[in-house]
Amino acid sequence: MSGGRGQFRRVAQRSGPRVTVMFDGAPLIATEGDSILAALLSHGLLLRRHEFGAEPRAGFCLMGACQDCWIWSGHGGRLRACTTPVTDGMALFAQPRPVLPPA
Amino acid sequence: MTRIVIVGAGPAGIAAAEVLCAQGYRPVLIDEGHRAGGQGYRQPSAGLTLDMRRLMGGEAGKYEAIHARFDLIEDKIDYRPRTLVWAIDGAALHLLSDGRVDVLEADTLLLATGAMDRVAPVPGWTLPGVLTLGGAQVALKDQGCLIGQRVAFLGSSPLMLLAARQYREMGGEVAVVADTTPLGAKAAALPPMLRAPRTLLRGLIYMASALQAGTPLLHGVTPLAVEGDGHVEELRLRDSSGRERRFACDAVALGHGLKPETQLADLAGASFAYDVDFRLFLPRTDGFGRSRPGLYLAGDGATIGGADAAEASGALAAHAILTDLGVTQDVGAVRRAARKVARLRSFQRGLARAFAWPVAQIRAQPDDTILCRCENVTIGAVRTAMAQTLGPVEVNRVKAMTRCGMGRCQGRVCGPALQEIVAGMTGDEGRSAGRLRGQAPVKPIPLTAAEGTAS
Amino acid sequence: MTVATADVGIIGGGLIGAWTALFLARRGQSVVVFEKGVVGAQSSGTNFGNLRLQGRFPAQYPLSMRSQALWEDLNALIGEDCEFAMTGHLYMAFDAEEAARLEGYADVSERNGLVIERLAPADLRRCFPWLSDKVAAATYSPRDATANPRLVTPAVARAARQAGAVFHENTRVSAVARQGESFVVRTVDGRELSCGSLVNCAGAWAVEIAECFGETAPVFTAGPPQFVTEPMPFMIVPSLQTIDGSVIARQTERGNVILAGYPRTAADAVANRAPVPPVKTLAAMRALARLVPALADAHVIRVWSGIEGYVPDMIPVIGPSQTQAGLFHAFGFCGHGFQIGPGVGLCLSEMILDGATATPLEPFSIGRFRAATTVSEKFRKEFD
Repeated sequence: MSGGRGQFRRVAQRSGPRVTVMFDGAPLIATEGDSILAALLSHGLLLRRHEFGAEPRAGFCLMGACQDCWIWSGHGGRLRACTTPVTDGMALFAQPRPVLPPA
Repeated sequence: MTRIVIVGAGPAGIAAAEVLCAQGYRPVLIDEGHRAGGQGYRQPSAGLTLDMRRLMGGEAGKYEAIHARFDLIEDKIDYRPRTLVWAIDGAALHLLSDGRVDVLEADTLLLATGAMDRVAPVPGWTLPGVLTLGGAQVALKDQGCLIGQRVAFLGSSPLMLLAARQYREMGGEVAVVADTTPLGAKAAALPPMLRAPRTLLRGLIYMASALQAGTPLLHGVTPLAVEGDGHVEELRLRDSSGRERRFACDAVALGHGLKPETQLADLAGASFAYDVDFRLFLPRTDGFGRSRPGLYLAGDGATIGGADAAEASGALAAHAILTDLGVTQDVGAVRRAARKVARLRSFQRGLARAFAWPVAQIRAQPDDTILCRCENVTIGAVRTAMAQTLGPVEVNRVKAMTRCGMGRCQGRVCGPALQEIVAGMTGDEGRSAGRLRGQAPVKPIPLTAAEGTAS
Repeated sequence: MTVATADVGIIGGGLIGAWTALFLARRGQSVVVFEKGVVGAQSSGTNFGNLRLQGRFPAQYPLSMRSQALWEDLNALIGEDCEFAMTGHLYMAFDAEEAARLEGYADVSERNGLVIERLAPADLRRCFPWLSDKVAAATYSPRDATANPRLVTPAVARAARQAGAVFHENTRVSAVARQGESFVVRTVDGRELSCGSLVNCAGAWAVEIAECFGETAPVFTAGPPQFVTEPMPFMIVPSLQTIDGSVIARQTERGNVILAGYPRTAADAVANRAPVPPVKTLAAMRALARLVPALADAHVIRVWSGIEGYVPDMIPVIGPSQTQAGLFHAFGFCGHGFQIGPGVGLCLSEMILDGATATPLEPFSIGRFRAATTVSEKFRKEFD
């Protein structure tokens, strides 16, 4: 992630409880109701690194059709960032995580 | 009582449910989204302070009306939000909701599954900051965000000017509105567009407002590349006089109109035909939305018609369902709805010429342009595979040989461009490239969803 | 009307037809292949991709081992590797009864020259930590392999073409008959071929050809219901199979996990359709999650099936016609034809050119259907 600039510009405020989300180990603050995609892209410039080529990706259609915004979660599953709301304590990752639990 | 299931809670689905409710039926309305309204009339997510009247502009009345109408019927129907129909097997709809699967039998099925953006690939289109035109609007309407501070709009669509206006209103800068269709084509398409004078007028007003705001408005452009180091920094294109122009920006909204989401129609057994105006394979229906016995299609999921046509065709399909169930319908109402749908869909054909799918540009893109975002397959890889001895000449075979269309989206995004590239190489018209075969699941489903189901 | 002559006519441009054409052409024969669609479009292109040596029908081993040597030499033979990988094969049992059957298969494999490792739960935990602890026993065969079926047949056909074989795609055969010492083959689009030898490898459609010469086999069509997941971090090296048939799975290098399983689905050879009932997909998803719990969160992105020819005794039809000299059959591979494909092609070329092949093929003769057909236990288990 580059120094602090987010891709998205928030122009409408959201009321509601604050939510802390961890992205690649760094905490960021979002609001209940934010989609994962909007929360992450308000703070940074990418959602994930592509499986084939490791280039950065940051979603595309925002309506659950293009399947480009699947992001890695702490429990091993993937979440579609544009259609999944943030929940407090969520751990998210830009890279594929090893699916094996440590021995 | 017969079970009628509607898939899709946009204007078409809501209008259909309304007609059915009014005549004493209680349809199931399945919605993949969290709240009814579909894409065009999407409501902001919870807690967002967004002046939707201002944002929707001339459409504000219709926006409020459709949601009010839904509120009136919500407790008279079986509304199932956050539910995906992932497969259809005869009369059985296979559902996925909140991580678990279920089955719903439907005697009558109405698919009102809407559309998504159609995109023409351009070098750099996978960079962070490039989103679809529809995505640029969803970011604003659903999440209260602009996709960037200085946005370039690229493609060809009447919605580009609308979106640009919305972005300006919300404090964003518009770097350029770059339309790949020449101005001449718009003028030539004027006569059919006069069938919907209010819509035409609105378009002209948006154009005037863009010019007044000093937004560069270009027609007949040839996109060259989206440039940037890990994210959008610049849009490079050739204008209609052939001059290379560069526009500094931090986001690009890309769109060439809409394409119907027809995966469920395919699984439900609809037959398809190639449409030369839209250059897409579309499901066949009669003038009332009938596809095959027990299957009806309405809205943008059947053919692109716009929101008003979606409402009217939803109602029309509901009337057809009831007629086929032996319930006499108001002939006058049906005829009026049918005429309205026909007029609006004909208008869309005019729009398809005024905002053209850039076939020649797609076929001329360089080899290293990514075609399939999911699998990172380039246009060059497709060309190479096709040029081989015994190489593939239709899209399913190209997919099998190159992996293009084999990823999570199963060809939703790359399909239309793939069609043109394949057809271009066989020297034939669009339809000769064939149609990507549909299969379940229509969207990815997790293994865990199957837990606890009957063996 | 286009009339042509060739040494050998081949009906069916699947894996068998392509390999046979290659070996014949390389030995100087003129070969014409007729394919009603495009090469490798049917089960040759849609199968699971296993080059499995463990657990084969015992009498098939000489053919199988000969074929595997060809697979191992694929790049040298045709100039493309088609994602061939010597992954090894892990055959698994969930209880003592299944373990005993595994041991029976292992015995047969070893007697036919395979090296088989027997693995107890502790070994499995050590070597394959992602595997469920419900696996009671397993046998591992390191020589087994996998390849990408979508790529293979067109690649073999290209090599055959380069060696001089002629392929007519989108060309359906309308009639075949004896013509003096030769055969005549006519096609729907007006071609006529006169050939000294004829190979019937028309897959699920081969019985129609056989019956033109007074022979038949009780072939029925079915499809292997398969699904593929999104790409997952790579961790499963061997090709996996449970002896109860619920899981046949492998992970490609790109990370997608492919799963096939029983019971098989119906396939319609006339309409060219093999739909996969969603309930079968759900059952398969459960089976995979049970065997590899670490994959439980993986998403299925596509299902598919194919059209394969089966016979109730679950062994293929390979060998000379019993009614016509110069006619050879190779069809009805019961879902396990991919591995023996090149071997079958080589044997057919030897039968045509040398009058015989050293590889024993008598159990596969079409003549066995003149007596009452036996029904295999596998048949009862793998279909519903």
